Amino acid sequence: MRFLFYLINGISLGSVYAIIALGYSMVYGIAKMLNFAHGDVIMVGGYAAFTSAVTLGLHPVLSIGVAIVVCTVLGVIIESVAYRPLLEASSSLAVLITAIGVSYFLQNLVLLIFGSNSKSFQSLIRIPGLSLAGGTLVISGEMIVTIVACIVIMLALTCFINRTKMGQAMLAVSEDKGAAQLMGINVNGTIALTFAIGSGLAAIAGVLLCSSYPSLTPYTGAMPGIKAFVAAVFGGIGSIPGAFLGGILLGIIEIFAKGYISTQLSDAIVFGVLIIVLLVRPTGLLGKKIQEKV
Amino acid sequence: MKNKKFRSNLITYGIVIAAFVIVQALQNAGRLSSLMTGMLVPICVYVVLAVSLNLVVGISGELSLGHAGFMCAGAFSGALFTNIVKENLTIGPLRLVLAMLIGSAVAALFGLAIGIPVLRLKGDYLAIVTLAFGEIIKNVMNIFFIGQDSNGFHFSTKDQFSLNMEPGGKVLLSGPMGITGTPKDATFLAGVILILVTLFVVLNLMDSRTGRAIMAIRDNRIAAESIGLNIMKHKLLAFTVSAALAGAAGSLYAHNLATLQAKKFDYNFSILALVFVVLGGIGNIRGSVIAAIVLTALPEMLRGLSNYRMLIYSVILIAMMLFTWAPRVLEWRERHFGRFLGKKIKEVE
Repeated sequence: MRFLFYLINGISLGSVYAIIALGYSMVYGIAKMLNFAHGDVIMVGGYAAFTSAVTLGLHPVLSIGVAIVVCTVLGVIIESVAYRPLLEASSSLAVLITAIGVSYFLQNLVLLIFGSNSKSFQSLIRIPGLSLAGGTLVISGEMIVTIVACIVIMLALTCFINRTKMGQAMLAVSEDKGAAQLMGINVNGTIALTFAIGSGLAAIAGVLLCSSYPSLTPYTGAMPGIKAFVAAVFGGIGSIPGAFLGGILLGIIEIFAKGYISTQLSDAIVFGVLIIVLLVRPTGLLGKKIQEKV
Repeated sequence: MKNKKFRSNLITYGIVIAAFVIVQALQNAGRLSSLMTGMLVPICVYVVLAVSLNLVVGISGELSLGHAGFMCAGAFSGALFTNIVKENLTIGPLRLVLAMLIGSAVAALFGLAIGIPVLRLKGDYLAIVTLAFGEIIKNVMNIFFIGQDSNGFHFSTKDQFSLNMEPGGKVLLSGPMGITGTPKDATFLAGVILILVTLFVVLNLMDSRTGRAIMAIRDNRIAAESIGLNIMKHKLLAFTVSAALAGAAGSLYAHNLATLQAKKFDYNFSILALVFVVLGGIGNIRGSVIAAIVLTALPEMLRGLSNYRMLIYSVILIAMMLFTWAPRVLEWRERHFGRFLGKKIKEVE
């Protein structure tokens, strides 16, 4: 029973990672940058939902909507102000450092507005939990919603990318910017759209994360951001099923490591597994192998 | 050509020595605030960290995000050594030198062990794996307990009591609480000497046959391989030397702190070092030195702005990145300021 409990817990945490990783993976695929500010967008989403639900007293569904809108707008602004001028820079490290600057900026802005005290986030999910096996196995409403949301998002994204013109444009831009432009694709617009979707997903992840782990500080997003990136790499960065699989596996490994081995070492174990996977499959579980040509 | 390089290196050493003399003069005149005095050793540590990371990122061309891990290994081994011998060896400077040597040796071992698997990867995959290793080192250091009594050393990963020591035994390392009671052996002079040694090692390495091979591999791996350079050996050398220098810096850092805790060395620390490297100029050693000094002193200088200082720091960071890297800005600078501020944009073929 303990095993089942951990497993469901792990899938639920993994679903949050997967949602973040989907956004991360899309952004990486198209802009080829490690977006260190992604985790902080999650945190902003959490604060936006917190403010609209607690301070303004909006309906939970409405406050989730507010969080999504805030983060989407934020993502587009960050992209156009801080990243776009540097995407063509001679070193890809330039945009990485700018992302770190944006990350510091968001953390300190939130710190100034809301203070450093951790806010106790009341869960926005009003669905009752399930009690199985005579009450020995309780699955909370948050877990159910998280897992369902993750699956829905994954399917919707897959459809969007494979079935719509804009999705195809994204694939084209991530493959070859120059060629895409020659085919009449608005490259900057497509990149902005990718950031918008990625940040919107981060907002959803922020709300779900804070509903399950109800403490919100300006630094809440940093570690989940890194873990989600690990998940994206784990599954093969740039691949949507890969990000999903990587996220779920990472969540399960983390919860099992916490439950059976050691709470303090759980992060080390997660990173250890990542290293082993990458050494065996250097492009992740579902990543494409790119042949190097002279 | 040779002369030009030599002169350029001399200027770099000169900047460090001049900074040292000026700071000493200010300190003797009592013009240095206690806050700034407290920052001196950390600034030295950051300079060494930035220069050593530049060896990997700039010279060898691999993005490493685990530099804090090596620093952590060096810091803990150095501090452990000092705490073991502090009753028997009372000469501070000698103890510090030995601790730094031990710290850099341990960090070099870590660098070698981690480099062998990691350097097979490329680009961002390498970055994330080095980040992972850094976090693993931090997490593992966080659970160790080491004690010493007349029977020798005791190890545990649980808590202080499971060390099973005789009464009177002393705890050297107590898990998340870290190492306390390390004598404050670190001085500004020691820091400056470490910077000079680091510069000497890195600049000479760059100017040697090996260094040129490392740079050739960075510029075109396949071409370098085809003329018979051993890729792995050269990359590993740069990585290990860099780790060793970071370990020495860590050891110095540990001797400046009352409590040394592993959680200090998280990935943010590695990223901070990377910020210095990129802002100073990738592959530009003098730039790293200056960027590390300016960026460490900057938040302190902004202290008057109290709560807004980190916000302003981040805005300055973003603005500086745009100013130094954005192709449009570079073009504009070249058009309006010519050679003075304009940087020649490299044509990408």
